[in-house]
Amino acid sequence: MKIVTICGAGIGTSGILKVNAERALERLGIEADITATDVGSVGVVAADAQVILTSPELVERIGKTNADVIVIENYFDVDELAAKLEIALG
Amino acid sequence: MPLPPLPDSAISIGLRVDDWRDAVRAAGGALERSGATTADYTERMVGVIDEFGAYVVIAPGLALAHARPGDDVLTEGLSVVTLAEPVAFGHPHNDPVAVIVGLAVTSSDEHVHFVAELANVFNDEQVIPELARATDAAGIRSLLGATPSAGEPL
Repeated sequence: MKIVTICGAGIGTSGILKVNAERALERLGIEADITATDVGSVGVVAADAQVILTSPELVERIGKTNADVIVIENYFDVDELAAKLEIALG
Repeated sequence: MPLPPLPDSAISIGLRVDDWRDAVRAAGGALERSGATTADYTERMVGVIDEFGAYVVIAPGLALAHARPGDDVLTEGLSVVTLAEPVAFGHPHNDPVAVIVGLAVTSSDEHVHFVAELANVFNDEQVIPELARATDAAGIRSLLGATPSAGEPL
């Protein structure tokens, strides 16, 4: 299982999303590799990913992908992350 | 890994701004005053939002202003700006923004450690409204678990 978190600069917000997605997965008992990257690199980094996590603004920039794109509103809300990840992975 | 130091110079409380650009520039100005960055970095933080939109508004009321590492980052740094009147950044769910945290890192590796610490702090949903209400720099440092300078206690 590979999950990619995306932000514009590839630092900061995608890192926070990675940390909290790891917490959400731990709660769900699911193991996955989570990589934080920037939206410009998503085509390469997420080529073999099952799930892409990002914010509402960046969805349209992701382009063509086979991964499930999950939009997260509050990056600090582990409940939101866990619920959305459970739907996507369950 | 602890957060970078948060000296008084890196904190502005109850600022009045016209729009999100002013708010981000205030967070950049605070990073500059603390010696973490140059003015170029401030404009790059504005540029990230111009290019990618308001995704930096990662939770209700909070913007994490940042840009990629670069020569304009002298040392890793953190700044906090709170606004007298919240402003809209253009985020569909998390506007308006009352607290701007400015973030500067020198490489994309080091940030992951203290970003995890930021995530710890803000996983308490009360922290953003409490930051917005804080009236002095010590109160803001206490909410974040930050120190005024490297190696000093709270």
